[in-house]
Amino acid sequence: MDFAFMRDTFWTLLSGVPLTLNLAFTAVALGAVLAMLIALMRMSGVAVLDWLARGYVFVFRGSPLLVQIFLIYYGLGQFRPTLQEWGLWGFFREPYWCAIFALTLNTAAYASEIIRGGLQSVPAQQVEAARACGMSGFLLFRRIIFPIAVRQALPAYGSELILMVKATSLASIITMMEVTGLAAKLISQTFRAVEVFVVAGLIYLVLNFIITRIIMALEWWLSPHLRRPPEVTLPVEAAHV
Amino acid sequence: MSHFHAVNRIHFTEKCSNGASVVSDTTSAVSITDLRKSFGSLEVLKGISLGAREGDVISILGASGSGKSTMLRCINMLEVPDSGEVRIGGELIGLKKTRHGMEPADRGQVDRIRSRVAMVFQSFNLWSHMTILENVIEAPVHVQKRPKAECIAEAEALLARVGIADKRNAYPSHLSGGQQQRAAIARALAMHPKVMLFDEPTSALDPELVGEVLRVMRSLAEEGRTMLVVTHEMGFARDVSNRVVFLHKGVVEEDGAPQEVFGAPKSERFKQFISNHR
Repeated sequence: MDFAFMRDTFWTLLSGVPLTLNLAFTAVALGAVLAMLIALMRMSGVAVLDWLARGYVFVFRGSPLLVQIFLIYYGLGQFRPTLQEWGLWGFFREPYWCAIFALTLNTAAYASEIIRGGLQSVPAQQVEAARACGMSGFLLFRRIIFPIAVRQALPAYGSELILMVKATSLASIITMMEVTGLAAKLISQTFRAVEVFVVAGLIYLVLNFIITRIIMALEWWLSPHLRRPPEVTLPVEAAHV
Repeated sequence: MSHFHAVNRIHFTEKCSNGASVVSDTTSAVSITDLRKSFGSLEVLKGISLGAREGDVISILGASGSGKSTMLRCINMLEVPDSGEVRIGGELIGLKKTRHGMEPADRGQVDRIRSRVAMVFQSFNLWSHMTILENVIEAPVHVQKRPKAECIAEAEALLARVGIADKRNAYPSHLSGGQQQRAAIARALAMHPKVMLFDEPTSALDPELVGEVLRVMRSLAEEGRTMLVVTHEMGFARDVSNRVVFLHKGVVEEDGAPQEVFGAPKSERFKQFISNHR
């Protein structure tokens, strides 16, 4: 092990972290919107929407992300004239947007199931109490259903975020110079695969450690009702007064 | 009290003077006529009629499966009856027939009426992600669109009234059942309801916690509120309510003042029922 080389490698790969995080967070943010839409379609009770959503989840959850990236980046290139006609070529020409597009479609499929689970776990009695107060429609969703569902879905959604950070490494295949892309380039220059990949792996580990802590903090902040009350007055304390 | 009701009533009828309703009986708070409801092949309500005037405290008794909760839930359309009429303060709730059975004709009307007909549930149904204070101000602020500061001040007074002022920042899961139910009553009162519906409010409580909830309900009855209470508490029915209704298999079997009904029951089944509850 050449530690001086590993240190240099670390600084090189670190410059790929912004792109890694950019890809992961952009895709998760856009994917969340799409996922919400798909989850609502699945729960709409309208057969056509339901089956469209099921079909979507089946395709994007059931096929490898790498294949999806290839199909979008290389496959759509074959339809260049059509895409140019529709004014979409500027989008699909860029590997960055192809990567975002593929990651977004993929995470939306997983996240829609997470969100659906969260929505279905909202106790019917609490929804009924809200209806009995005159709430309905978007107000009911915004004030009661969504906040309870989010708290249920957050742990699973945290895992999804971590999976997405790791999934960005596949974007290196279509020339994105994020952490794995830089690592592959460095290996092709130095032929020192072990050191470079050990450093790359450690960087992902640290990133995901930080993300895990942030999600734990968010969970803690959102769920005071699941903790012991802070202001329990113990008899011992009463004695001080 | 009567002055308050009169002012309130005029305001209410004006608000819904879209031709949908005619106030026939000026003191009618709730009026249900020939209510029928089936779940599948099971007919739960077989033509129930009941009128509550303002200030009435009506205890609704009956064995489980007698239809008493379903009847109560039809009043605020948590269950939609198959046929029959429900009037709140004289205003008829419009129903229409759809492929899936009966549905309210105007969801907006139902929401508006629900914001004036508060309900207290057997299992409290407080919103778990909100503090007690947030639970109480939620509907006044977001449904009735009243100023938040005013709602908070009123909520604090209501929480003090039901004896849990110190729990304002606690979450429902931190409270005992009795405290949760008192919070739910404060939540109901915060809407300034014309009518309060109680669906077995003490049935989910440990026996030693029943008293604290009944005391609050008694004080509400004493200030002249209109209450319909589905209950198994014979003491409450006998001493607090001014009218007792006994349901059996979807039909009203007894209906009268507590002294009459308990003193000289006409129905065999009610005699049986009270002997089982002694």
